Amino acid sequence: MDILGALLLKPFADIGGSPLFFLEVVIGGVLTGVMYSLVALGFVLIFKASGVFNFAQGVMVLFSALTLVGLMELGVPIWLALIATILVMIALAFAIERLVLRPLVNQAEITLFMATIGLTFFLEGFGELLWGANVKKLDIGIPDRSFDVGGILVNEFELFAAGIAALLVAVLAVLFQRTKIGRALRAVADDHQAALSVGISLTSIWVIVWAVAGIVALVAGVMWGGKSGVQFSLSLIALKSLPVLILGGLTSVPGAIVGGLVIGVGEKIAEVYWGPYIGGAIENWFAYMIAVAFLLFRPQGLFGERIIERV
Amino acid sequence: MFYRESGHFRTTYRADQAIFPIVQDRWSVAAIAVVAVVAVPWIANEYWLQAILIPTVIFALAAIGLNILTGYAGQLSLGTGGFMAVGAYATYKLTTFLPEINILVMILVSGFFAAAVGILFGIPSLRIKGFYLAVATLAAQFFLVWIFNRVPWFYNYTSNGMITAPPRTLFGVALTGPHASAEVRYLVCLAFLIVFAYLAKNLVRSATGRSWMAIRDMDVAAEIIGIRPLRTKLLAFAISSYYCGVAGALYMFMYLQSVETLAFDVNVSFLVLFMIIIGGLGSIMGSIIGAAFIVLMPILLTNVPRLLSVQIPVELAKHGEQMIFGGLIIFFLIVEPLGLTRLWQIAKEKLRLWPFPH
Amino acid sequence: MTQVAPASASTKSIGEVLLKIEDVSLSFGAVHALSEVGFEVRDREILAIIGPNGAGKTTMLNVLSGWYGPDQGGIVFKGVRRRRLRPHEAATLGIARTFQNVALFKRMTTLDNIMTGRHLKMRTNFLDHALYWGRAEREEIAHRETVERIIDFLEIEAIRKVPVGRLPYGLQKRVELARALAAEPTLLLLDEPMAGMNSEEKEDMCRYILDVNDEFGTTMALIEHDMGVVMDISDRVVVLDYGRKIADGPPDRVRADPAVIAAYLGVAHADA
Repeated sequence: MDILGALLLKPFADIGGSPLFFLEVVIGGVLTGVMYSLVALGFVLIFKASGVFNFAQGVMVLFSALTLVGLMELGVPIWLALIATILVMIALAFAIERLVLRPLVNQAEITLFMATIGLTFFLEGFGELLWGANVKKLDIGIPDRSFDVGGILVNEFELFAAGIAALLVAVLAVLFQRTKIGRALRAVADDHQAALSVGISLTSIWVIVWAVAGIVALVAGVMWGGKSGVQFSLSLIALKSLPVLILGGLTSVPGAIVGGLVIGVGEKIAEVYWGPYIGGAIENWFAYMIAVAFLLFRPQGLFGERIIERV
Repeated sequence: MFYRESGHFRTTYRADQAIFPIVQDRWSVAAIAVVAVVAVPWIANEYWLQAILIPTVIFALAAIGLNILTGYAGQLSLGTGGFMAVGAYATYKLTTFLPEINILVMILVSGFFAAAVGILFGIPSLRIKGFYLAVATLAAQFFLVWIFNRVPWFYNYTSNGMITAPPRTLFGVALTGPHASAEVRYLVCLAFLIVFAYLAKNLVRSATGRSWMAIRDMDVAAEIIGIRPLRTKLLAFAISSYYCGVAGALYMFMYLQSVETLAFDVNVSFLVLFMIIIGGLGSIMGSIIGAAFIVLMPILLTNVPRLLSVQIPVELAKHGEQMIFGGLIIFFLIVEPLGLTRLWQIAKEKLRLWPFPH
Repeated sequence: MTQVAPASASTKSIGEVLLKIEDVSLSFGAVHALSEVGFEVRDREILAIIGPNGAGKTTMLNVLSGWYGPDQGGIVFKGVRRRRLRPHEAATLGIARTFQNVALFKRMTTLDNIMTGRHLKMRTNFLDHALYWGRAEREEIAHRETVERIIDFLEIEAIRKVPVGRLPYGLQKRVELARALAAEPTLLLLDEPMAGMNSEEKEDMCRYILDVNDEFGTTMALIEHDMGVVMDISDRVVVLDYGRKIADGPPDRVRADPAVIAAYLGVAHADA
């Protein structure tokens, strides 16, 4: 009975007891959620345009952040290092298209998925080979301190990160909806064959989405690395974007964003209020459980299209 | 010329349905089994047994389990490590609770716990498919590892959170614990593999296997034939998890002998998935070949430079190995997406015609 | 097939009502796929369901094989009325079908595909299968014999061990028919069995359909676009248009029906 009380009553009493603190937890969750959204976003872009379940998205976050910090440690000024890293991510996109995607075109989904796991191993080894495996500090000039807004503590760095993420999403939305490339991307996402038949080059589209996903990964890497240092665990945190994806739907950009927020907030609340009663460190699996529970009721995700099976 | 089908007429359906319908295949497999059981323990030294053969045999068993679920029933799973952990911890709890019952019995029983957990996490498979299901099975992976890590009851409240294989014997021969020889442990694992590979082969060549493959290839048509999707998928989850559970128990008791939950983390799930992809999806033999390949590859990668007496710094070797591993996976997928068994089949087809090209 | 009997004579006797569809309606959102469609299928009959594209023919078949549940109406099969059938219920009752875009198990061999058709006739469980020797093997061989008879009947001996994904389209259609026959159905639903075939393949397929009907006494409902084929092989024709039944009767009479001609030639509809 004690345990039931601890799980069913106490946390709510805690929440009711200090609504301001609860609000703080929620805001903290939103800000983490934004980071999840960012990783998930890169993932959705690739899945939409090429149907590849890119397991390497997480390691791309690590790789880009490692490259940036590595360059900065060599004495390259931050703006130049940023540009160089972006160029590296674009070159990476070219290499992946050329060496991985093109030879595997028309293979089963699971084969491509496996290839991205291989890519994960490769990039992890490559990044750490180039830049070393120890934790690196990334200082981008935004202080990691909290300030008081009407009694609620808000972290300045996280707020800034959320702002950047929102800006990035807006830019991507414009890119998708208003430009020629965006139109081509949407066409490819809708139907590969049809897009090909009207003269859209699949290979260049793939390079573009992988490059954009690489840049999105870089932004996520900078934010996260700035917060907690650039290290291997970055690619593990990025694994968290997977439940975000199934919650939001693999092909939905708004889904990735909302899913990220839901997971970020849900996880934070669970960790703060329920975690202490059941042993802590539940954020390792809690997000997945939310996603699975959710999927049982809505298999297509929050924003995914309802699949009507035709026979 | 020597290896061919012509001239072997199968006059009964029974002969036609045999596992190895071709005479030479039957003999070579029998020969390999005899060598593995009789000759290998005599010849192989401690290092070979402990570093290569025992993990290969154990992972082959886990790979067969995953192949049943993913290769035959078409349900992608990333929870293998978690299901293996269930087998390991169940055996540990059982054998420390009832030490008088033989450890082998307990390993077999622990599979049922894994099967039950597998069924539980397989329930979402009715509604979700493909990658969504893969991510859902990651939930199983993380949750199971977490619970074995966080609930001290599972590791009998040891101070370091590790579980250690207690000494257990069969007819006076030490099977587990410090006095168990590598030969004995190898033979026990091999016995499990041979029996379970045979049972798995029987399953996949009969109605059960056909219903799995039907669900995999075209679930709509399967349902209209009268195959119940949930029942069929859950059976695949149960049997697959049973295999993984037994493999996990062997992994802990016969190979590592002392583990913490880290031994069953998500990388194990990926490793087993690599094995079946590289060996061949939907092939029992492929699971074994894939396991051997994945176990051997890092060993080769470390030993080849040493043999060539090239000195490589440890850090470089570690990351280099990871890169080569990842690169080789991609390379293999490009060269032969159907796996090593497909290469083997092509070789056999060529051999059948030898010395003529066509 | 245990009930294989020598073909009595070419004159067949059409029997009692086997299946009765009672005013079935089904809509997807705002689309009325079927509106109060009702007709009967008699024992041993070959019934053709025709109509322009989007008339609701395949939807009708999907209702009969249990894939969709109707919003209204019901299905009387062998004298028992049901609101809807579940797929496995339909299969257990002896309704088998083929699909418009061949729905075979692509990576399985022809033999395994047809053996899968006998799924519901199998009595052994997975434990028997794991041990194999004994019950499972005996059953496997018994069913293999039946399946081999169907393979003989449809003349697909040569492709027994070929994965069906590698077969040409016409043969795939034939394997799909074989798989449906393996279930020894009372009612066989064929969704465009001759789509995409050349005239020679069509003739073959017609012959198989007539032979199955003749030899095994299987009742059939088929969807077909080729009017020549429909007029040749069917005993009766039901015409659907925009989800409604507009004609029902022997081929000759349906062909002369002004409503049918209007539907096919595209006279403006006066529907709501």
